[in-house]
Amino acid sequence: MIPVSAFLVLSTLLFFLGVFGFVTRRNLVAMLISVELVLNAADMNFAVFNRILFPGQMEGMFFTLFSIGISAAETAVALAIIINVYRNYHSDQVNSIENMKF
Amino acid sequence: MNIDYSQFLNMIPEVTLTALLVIVFIADFCTARKPGDEPRKWFNPLVCILMTAHLLFNMSTTETATAFSGMYYTNATVGVIKTILAFGTLIVLIQSREWMNRLDTTFKEGEFYMLVVSTLLGMNMMVSANHFLLFFLGLEMASVPMACLVGLDKYRHQSAEAAAKFILTATFSSGVMLFGISFIYGATGTLYFDDIVSKISATPMIIMGMVFFFSGLGFKISLVPFHFWTADTYQGAPTTVTGYLSVVSKGAAAFALAAILMKVFAPVVMYWQNLLFIVVVLSITVANLFAIRQSDLKRFMAFSSISQAGYIVLSIVGNNSMSVTALSFYVLIYVVANMAVFTVISSIEEHNNGVVDMESYNGLYTTNPKLAFLMTLALFSLGGIPPFAGMFSKFFVFMAAVKGMSVDTQIGAMAYGVVFIALINTVISLYYYLLIVKAMYIKHNDKPLPTFTSAVSTKLALAICTLGVVAFGLCSFVYGWINAAAA
Repeated sequence: MIPVSAFLVLSTLLFFLGVFGFVTRRNLVAMLISVELVLNAADMNFAVFNRILFPGQMEGMFFTLFSIGISAAETAVALAIIINVYRNYHSDQVNSIENMKF
Repeated sequence: MNIDYSQFLNMIPEVTLTALLVIVFIADFCTARKPGDEPRKWFNPLVCILMTAHLLFNMSTTETATAFSGMYYTNATVGVIKTILAFGTLIVLIQSREWMNRLDTTFKEGEFYMLVVSTLLGMNMMVSANHFLLFFLGLEMASVPMACLVGLDKYRHQSAEAAAKFILTATFSSGVMLFGISFIYGATGTLYFDDIVSKISATPMIIMGMVFFFSGLGFKISLVPFHFWTADTYQGAPTTVTGYLSVVSKGAAAFALAAILMKVFAPVVMYWQNLLFIVVVLSITVANLFAIRQSDLKRFMAFSSISQAGYIVLSIVGNNSMSVTALSFYVLIYVVANMAVFTVISSIEEHNNGVVDMESYNGLYTTNPKLAFLMTLALFSLGGIPPFAGMFSKFFVFMAAVKGMSVDTQIGAMAYGVVFIALINTVISLYYYLLIVKAMYIKHNDKPLPTFTSAVSTKLALAICTLGVVAFGLCSFVYGWINAAAA
């Protein structure tokens, strides 16, 4: 059986890939995809912990299901907002929507 | 599977809010307007009256109750914070009338009310959650409609930009928070707050989960290392929404943070206390320094609200019986003072072609003396000048932070140090609040903003806020009411 630590390495990698992408990508849709990676890392953690450490219950699985549903809702709103940004600025690059500065 | 529907009787505030939401939806659905149509004069009063009814109906519910096998939990303290949140929302709804009755916004009036009420419903869920899943659902229900609110002015570039920044940071922060919760689940095997607290100990996994969880919520409260989105979002969002975002949303998140840190993470208190010391000092100091150099009033208020968030969280570091009382009282005073400022800002914005520079406030006193005076009172309260309510709320926060602490111990010395730094920062904040007062009263302006008369709703909102600013501190029964609930 695959040990828990292997899954944790994978989910942590996924998490930090998402964080890295969120910080470095300059395209709104790419940033959204990176955020999804972060959420998926958390979902995977829940599923793995539930399956391997606490096989007698379903709490982690339910959390994963709810979390997937919520991230879908968030993505829908985020995409609508990004489309609105595109209509206003004719671009989805972060550099071109920096109207407000310190 | 059978659900015992009588459980809903234990969650009356949520049920009345849902009913309110349905009524507003049906009313909007039946009388929908197209862009350019005449505004519906009855709509805002209807929503405000329903909200007042919701507020009064739930004000006296103080008994402890649980529902859905302990996922939902409410007691007198939670009831008080829900009342404060509903009160803040009511002020937002009243003052939104002038903005919502313009010809170019009236067709989205219903959407605005529905989004506001659904965020409030999410916040109610969040503060009375007793399970991480319900907490997470409530948090998302509060932040996803909030992104739509921020982008409500969708043809204005800044609003679109603000909404994009808000939704991306909100999603990112909930991702970080979920990652933290997953570690807590992995270490304890449960998501119920009551069960977690008995299984928690200071293992690296728990500490890591706690830090991730804290950073996720820190984004929502906009504490300093996590505050990047705040200024841009506050500046770009419609002014009424900025007010809502800065008081109600922040208050709910701060209360949820306090409840979870003090209840769930009680066994690892020394770790989160150290975390809070750093974050509070950074929030208050950095935000104050940035606020001084702002020229856009909404951006200025954004930095002011970051520093106020530092004060709100400062009340938690004491981790004693007074913390939640001080926090609720601070949030209540912050609601009235900040909403007074935002009502004035949005009222001036309406009569100044949407410009919110600090320069347009130069010489405001000569043309609009009453408005300038009310703004001054609110700013004095935010700065903490006695006898206004802000002074009392700051006093209680400082007291809660050091109550029961001894300077001899390391943690006590740090608490006193943090309170001292916060005190110095109160003086700095007074300086920049007085900059606006100086602009209104002293600075000469050849062409000050012409005299105008605000709408009745704006006057009503201002009257409620000013009454709160003046009376909530001096009338001790307000504090007594909150204190009795927390006891």
